[in-house]
Amino acid sequence: MAYTRLIPTLSLKDGRLIKTVGFDAYRDVGDPRTTGKVFDSQDVDELILCDITASQENREPDWDNIEKFAEECAMPLTVGGGISDLEHIKRLLRVGADKVTINSHAVARPEFITESSSVFGSQCIVVSIDAKKSSNGGYEVLTEGGYEPTGRDPVSWAKECEERGAGEILITSIERDGTMEGYDLELVKQVSDAVGIPVIANGGAGLLVDLLDAVKIGNASAVACSSIFAFTDNKPIKVKAFMYDHGLDVRPI
Amino acid sequence: METPPKIAIVDYGMGNLRSVQKMIVRSGAEVKITSDAADLAWADKLILPGVGAFTDAMKELNNRGLTSGLNAAVLEDRKPILGICLGMELMARGSEEGDRVEGLNWLPAEMIGFDRRTGVRVPHVGWSPIEKSERSPLFNDIPNGAAFYFVHSYHMVCDDPDIVVAQADYGGEFTAAINRGNIWGTQFHPEKSQAVGSALLANFVLEDFG
Repeated sequence: MAYTRLIPTLSLKDGRLIKTVGFDAYRDVGDPRTTGKVFDSQDVDELILCDITASQENREPDWDNIEKFAEECAMPLTVGGGISDLEHIKRLLRVGADKVTINSHAVARPEFITESSSVFGSQCIVVSIDAKKSSNGGYEVLTEGGYEPTGRDPVSWAKECEERGAGEILITSIERDGTMEGYDLELVKQVSDAVGIPVIANGGAGLLVDLLDAVKIGNASAVACSSIFAFTDNKPIKVKAFMYDHGLDVRPI
Repeated sequence: METPPKIAIVDYGMGNLRSVQKMIVRSGAEVKITSDAADLAWADKLILPGVGAFTDAMKELNNRGLTSGLNAAVLEDRKPILGICLGMELMARGSEEGDRVEGLNWLPAEMIGFDRRTGVRVPHVGWSPIEKSERSPLFNDIPNGAAFYFVHSYHMVCDDPDIVVAQADYGGEFTAAINRGNIWGTQFHPEKSQAVGSALLANFVLEDFG
């Protein structure tokens, strides 16, 4: 049995942590190092740190700040943003990341999933998929921080990622990001049901019941959230207690 | 004061070395991250970490000339060694993963992929409670049911079940930790398992295994 994971996600921009809404308007939510330390002391299950503008700005990950952040973490850490080379992954693992997320570059060159998973193992490669509703009623994958339409459907793309060796999918609803209106459960469920690798639901959690829904209705293996911790008085211990009281197996804190 | 134990963390280009180092330093050890076989002779105990794929890891060990150094330190000098995740996997004869290269072959065991037909998603990622199968100094002061962080697609199947010192369940019981003589291994990542992980690494560093 693996416990349902609660994973705060942190977005890095210009050396600060920020929170976006719909991948756009953003607010400053703190210093990366102090926030990392706090989550570490609260024993969250995992953290995801993403350098959200690296791909858009066509640059490498913000090594300096990522290294400083990893220094504070004695917990599982996944790092993403701007990863386009096997050397990037090697360097991130050396400084303390356990897994990496790849997104824009995976779409631009799907062989990168195959190559990276064969060198670092599937368990290390998380493909992050950002999707929004399309005009035809389905969903479309966007890259470059939600700027670039790809014409791809998230379900078939998730399947291809799995076939190419991805170890997990992080599925994010662009429209729900930062809204605190709940996950796009249909999107989460479609992707979760299509693959045999773990799926992490992301984007839109505002109420604690949203986390339950992502698992019970969306069939997610793990729940990622940020606004819940940045803008409400919820702490991981309270969130875990709620999940446990409502029948989810969570790691006791 | 006694001299602090000297620990070499073996660097073959595939590990989250800093995380391991940070936690080991906390237990008072003197630590070297090294890919130099001479440092294996310097150390009292060794740690073989690992995040990666089996085939590439064995190639890296061989290319760096570490395989023979490790064999000498572990099989001849009988230094205690702890393999973590892929580091433990490499101690087996071989793995279903990749091109079926030969492992370090220190343990009569094979690495086998999880079977999705049991209804689990693979890889196994996350925290799972462990069951200690016997009293083992590695798990001193760590209760049964303590959760450790796992992230792996393959698990160790041992010819001799007596070397399994902890199990976990993921679509069936699997090997979470092993011990055979001076050789120790954990499928989980103690360096990422917060308080219980820190306790386990301190046990490995400080325990006199005789």
